[in-house]
This record gives sequence, C-alpha cells and structure tokens, in this order.
Amino acid sequence: MDVLQQLVNGLSLGALYALIAVGYTVVYGIVQLINFAHGEIFMIGGFGALAVWLLFPAGNVSIWMLPLMLFGGVVAAVGVALLTERFAYRPLRNAPRLAPLITAIGVSIFLQELIRLFYGDIPGFPDSKRAIPFPQIEYVTGPAFNMGGLTIQRAALFTLVALAICAGLLYVFVNKTRLGRAMQATSQDPDTARLMGINVDKIIMVAFALGAALAAVAGLAHGLRYTNVDFRMGFLAGLKAFTAAVLGGIGNINGAVLGGLVLGVVEGMATFIPGQFGGSAWKDVWAFALLILVLVFRPQGLLGARVVDRA
Amino acid sequence: MTQVQTTAPTTDRDAPILAAENVTMRFGGLTAVDSVSFRVMPGEIVGLIGPNGAGKTTFFNCLTGLYLPTAGRVVFNGAVLPPKPRKVVQAGMARTFQNIRLFANMTALENVMVGRYCRTSAGAFTSIIRGPKFRREERETRERAQQLLDFVGLGPTTDALARNLPYGDQRRLEIARALATDPKLVLLDEPTAGMNPQETRQAEELIFRIRDRGLAVVVIEHDMRFIFNLCDRVLCLVQGRALIEGTPAEVQSDPRVIEAYIGTGPDSDAASASEQDRGRTDA
Repeated sequence: MDVLQQLVNGLSLGALYALIAVGYTVVYGIVQLINFAHGEIFMIGGFGALAVWLLFPAGNVSIWMLPLMLFGGVVAAVGVALLTERFAYRPLRNAPRLAPLITAIGVSIFLQELIRLFYGDIPGFPDSKRAIPFPQIEYVTGPAFNMGGLTIQRAALFTLVALAICAGLLYVFVNKTRLGRAMQATSQDPDTARLMGINVDKIIMVAFALGAALAAVAGLAHGLRYTNVDFRMGFLAGLKAFTAAVLGGIGNINGAVLGGLVLGVVEGMATFIPGQFGGSAWKDVWAFALLILVLVFRPQGLLGARVVDRA
Repeated sequence: MTQVQTTAPTTDRDAPILAAENVTMRFGGLTAVDSVSFRVMPGEIVGLIGPNGAGKTTFFNCLTGLYLPTAGRVVFNGAVLPPKPRKVVQAGMARTFQNIRLFANMTALENVMVGRYCRTSAGAFTSIIRGPKFRREERETRERAQQLLDFVGLGPTTDALARNLPYGDQRRLEIARALATDPKLVLLDEPTAGMNPQETRQAEELIFRIRDRGLAVVVIEHDMRFIFNLCDRVLCLVQGRALIEGTPAEVQSDPRVIEAYIGTGPDSDAASASEQDRGRTDA
C-alpha cells in the first residue's frame, strides 16, 4: 500500500512537471530554443492567479474564484511569454543558437527579480525572504480523500485532472485543427511552411502562448498544493520540467507528458531507497541521475525527439 | 476521373500572369542571375532549361519570394510581388522543390490540408470550441484535399505517412500540395528528377491536366525530351543570363544551346545533329 501511495504522490507531482514540460517541448519543436525562462512563466502564472484573488474582498475562498484565478494566471503568463518572445527572442531568430539560449537565462533572472520588486507593495505580505501564502479554495483544497489507506490530497487530484483535460485539448488542437497542422508543418520545415502561406511568426507566438497557458495552470495547481508561491519557485520546477521534456524526447508533446509523469514517479519511488540515499533529501539526485542515464542510453528520449506530432 | 472544379481564370487572357523584369541576383561577388526578363501568359506551359549552375533554381527563388532580387522586379497578376513567401502564396503562386520537401511525418492528406492553410481562416478560438465555422471549414478542407489527391492519382494513399511513399508518389504529392493553395501559376522544380520513363510520362500527362484547369505552369527540367514535348515556350539560362527564349523547336535547334550543353546534347545525339543542321538553314 505504501508503494501505491508513493505512486499516487509521484503521479500528481509528475502531472505538475508534465504541464510545464509541454511548454519547453512545443517551443523547442518549432524554434529549436530551450526557453529557460519557461520556469518563470510558470511562476508568473501562479502570481497572476494570486493577484486576481487579491483584487476581491479578502478571504473569499468560494469555488467560483478558481476559474477567475485561472483566467488571471493564464493572461499574465501568456502576456509575459509573448512579450519575451517579441522583444528577447525574435530579434535573435537568425543568430547562432547559443545567443538565444544565454538570453533565455537572462530573461529568467530578469523575471525573477522583477517579481521580487513587487513583494514590498503587497500589503500584509512578508519580505522576499519568505514565500507568499496562496489562498486555499474550497473543494480543491482541504481535507484529503481517504480510500482504503490511500491518501489523496485534493490539490493533487486537481493537478491530475487538469493535466488530463489539458493533454486532451492539446491533442485535439495539434492533430485536428488548422492551426495545429500549421504548427506541425512549421516544426518539420519552416521554409516550406512559409511557402504554403503559413505565417511562421504567428505560429511561433501560438507555440509560446500555448506553453505559457499550460504553465499557468501548473502555477495555480502548485499554489494550491504547496499553499504558497515564491519568486524562486520557477527555477527548480523549470529545471525538472526541462528534464521531463528531454526524458520524453524534446520536441515531442506526448513525450513531455510521459516524461513528466515518469520523472514524478521516480521521485516518489526514491523514498524506498534504503539508508541515507533515500527520502526527500535525495529525490532530486535520483531525478537527475535518471536524466543522465536516459541521455547516455537513449539520447532521443523515451518517445523520440524533434517531431511535434504522433510518437 | 476527377471532379475538381476548375477555378475560373480571373485574369485577362492577354496580360501576362507573371512578368520578371531584369531580375538580377548577386551573392557577394557572384552574379547568379543576371538581368533576366521573362513572361508567362495564363494557361501556358513554359520550360526553364540550362546546364547545372546556370541559376535556374536561384531564379525560381526570386520569383517565389524566397530571395529578394538584388535588382529588377517581379510582377505577378498585375502587382509587384511582396518579398514574403506567404504573401506570394496568397497572391496565387505555388511551387515544388528540386529536393522533395514534404512534411515527412504527416500523412499524405494532412500535407495537402496544410496547403489549404492560406485559403482558410478558422482561428484558435473557434477551433477550440469547435464552432460551426471551424467544422464547416475543416470538412471542406478535407474534401478538397482528397479531391486533389485523386487528381494527381494518389487517391488510395490518403493515410500513408509522406515519408513512406515511393519517390514518384512523393513528387506527385508535392504537386497536390502546391495545387491546394489555389494557385494561378505553379512552378515545378525538376518534377521528373529520379523518375523512370513511365513515371515521367505520367508526370507529363499530369502537367497537361493542370494546364487544362486554366493554370500557368513553369517547369525546370534537365530531361530535354520531356521539356520539348511539354512546353509552349522554353527559356534557356546559361551562367545566369538568358541565352534564348522561344518555341521548343527554336531553342532545340539553336547552336548556342547545343554548345552550352556540349557532351550531353538536347536530345538523342543523332536527332540533335539533324536539328542543329535544320536550325542553321532556317536562320
């Protein structure tokens, strides 16, 4: 039963990684850029949701706040992602690949510090040394469900359901719609896509926006689950999600979802490693050890890389 | 065999659909295309020939907006072409490539459906909520793509991945994808490269059928028999310059063309020799 419990914990953690990882993979599939600022987009999604909550009379925890907060998070994340694309990455479209990569790291630091600047202005909230408490919304947080010894946190369940819905919508969008087909075409051959009348700049913006929207969902889920948000939270989450994307095969959307879930489960199962190497202190080590193993033995990832389409 | 509706030519029959005026393309010190002028009338099949490195593909890239010509201009359907490939496609010009450039990991049908992109407009929002416009457009796109596959003779391969198709079929799929953009003019870059004689005959017949739908066609080709059978007019480029433009018979018999092609001959050697003699007496 313990194994089952850790499996559930791992899956819900993995769902969070998966939601963020999709953003890495979609953008990489189209512009071959590892957008290291994507973790910060996730963080901004969380803060956007918090900001909407703060706009309303204090202490409102009813369930109808949830869609409003989600909307706020998505707007903030998509807005910031599009701005970074327009002003940081687009001018470097034809530069050597290292230039946008370094820029992405710069953007990441810039966004973290930008959010930190707001800390002092939020009434009643602590300084930058402490995390900001995230509102607890009825139904999606609160007492955990108990099923025959298995404990499932409500927020964890929320994350899993959110991933299932997002992954389903994403699949339909990429495979069944005109814009999705244009995205596949652009990722396979941008020049030919242009000659088919596809506005490649627009497709790149769609890719950034899509990734940011899912990251915002993850940001909200993270806030509900860990009951706080923090300007630094995007760093490690982003790194883990990047790992998940590489694990599944970077550029492959299904792979990102699978990679996230696998990574989460591995972290969960790390608890069972005996002695000092087990437990939560070492879970990051095992997660990144898995990444190294995959890179050595299957560099294209679990599902193969570089194609934003069927595995 | 085909039920594809012919798009009625909207342009005046007497005005050229495409006119290149003194197009020059330089790459650093290399002049790849040197002030070439060239016109295509609606419903005409024009061939572009020349030895390797003559600038045929560069000229094509200037025509389709992949390159902005260093000097000169390209007028298509009465307007100067914007140097943006997607605007060029919207204006009604489509092309295929010398090296096949299909979307390898999409099915044959999906490849053609991508070609419909510039003629459809369902946005992200209506796609997500699956609004009536999205569903209607999606159905029309699918039907039209299937018709085009039938038209080029790929009807049964709808769901095959493009990369798994035989070589000749990939070439025909590229043509179907180009036709999906509703062009007024198609440019085919070596459509029969690597084809066997039977496939070449099929390609010839296909190009005639495209012309019969009211489209103008420009073809780059090294297969001289194919070009001279197919084309109404032929332009020969040598070292970036237009050497001669005229009917297949004129070009075929021009001694300069034969000289440019020395060792390869425009047709079988015996035929070319007699053509050459006749050309001289005519001149």
